[in-house]
Amino acid sequence: MKAGTREAPVGDTAMELVGDQDIIIARAFRAPARLIYEAWTKPEFVRRWWAPKSHGVELAECTADVRVGGEYRYLMRRGEDEYGFRGTYQELTPHTKLVYTQIFEPFPDAAVLVTVTLAEVGGLTHLVSHERYPSPEARAGALEAGMEHGMRETMDQLDALLASLT
Amino acid sequence: MIETFAALAEPNRFRIVELLRAGPRPVGEIGAHLELRQPQVSKHLKVLKSAGLVDVEARAQQRLYGLRPEPLVALAAWLERYRSLWDARFDALDELPEELKGEDENEGRDA
Repeated sequence: MKAGTREAPVGDTAMELVGDQDIIIARAFRAPARLIYEAWTKPEFVRRWWAPKSHGVELAECTADVRVGGEYRYLMRRGEDEYGFRGTYQELTPHTKLVYTQIFEPFPDAAVLVTVTLAEVGGLTHLVSHERYPSPEARAGALEAGMEHGMRETMDQLDALLASLT
Repeated sequence: MIETFAALAEPNRFRIVELLRAGPRPVGEIGAHLELRQPQVSKHLKVLKSAGLVDVEARAQQRLYGLRPEPLVALAAWLERYRSLWDARFDALDELPEELKGEDENEGRDA
């Protein structure tokens, strides 16, 4: 699976390691590209999906200045632990492409370059997120620190969120 | 984990691991199959052995190199943790209410 391919699955997430520094993540959504683009950038939407409660994290801070050169910061909190992600937008093409850096704050020297592309075809939006890590070690190690806890899925919190919004 | 990645990152080592998935082989066969000189194969096998990806077994008068599954299983588990984090995020993204999809087109435009 290469970036830009239209093979992203619906309802399930495909992931692939490419070379020794890249990770590609893909999924297709039954929603217009505009909605996915906005959900990816507007803090009021990011809050609703970026820190899954099933992973025991909440977003303590979520800010974004969505323009080229603008910065964003998402601060995740789990109990007494806090860890943040921040970065700068480098390219923004509504609603088909975003390019931004992503720094996991415990490892400030390992900025990742993320390129997100959205391709809307027949009611489906195919999203591909291409993460380019600064080194093989960064790819292997930098993200492990944030994912020590269990990864079991629960949909209960999502059901509750839906119920509260409708 | 990093050792596993580093060991697999070299193309010929990756090819050796792929070859050994079908079963253990002696050094000579690995070289012949992949068209590599024996010293090169031995050098790569040393790295793979040090990363815990291959093991040597003596069979009759041959030394056979075979895959050890543990590092690959650990790698798969690491990948799955990251994948399922994104899967959980995308599940939540999937569930953004229908009414948001009907917002005025103009509200979505950037200056």
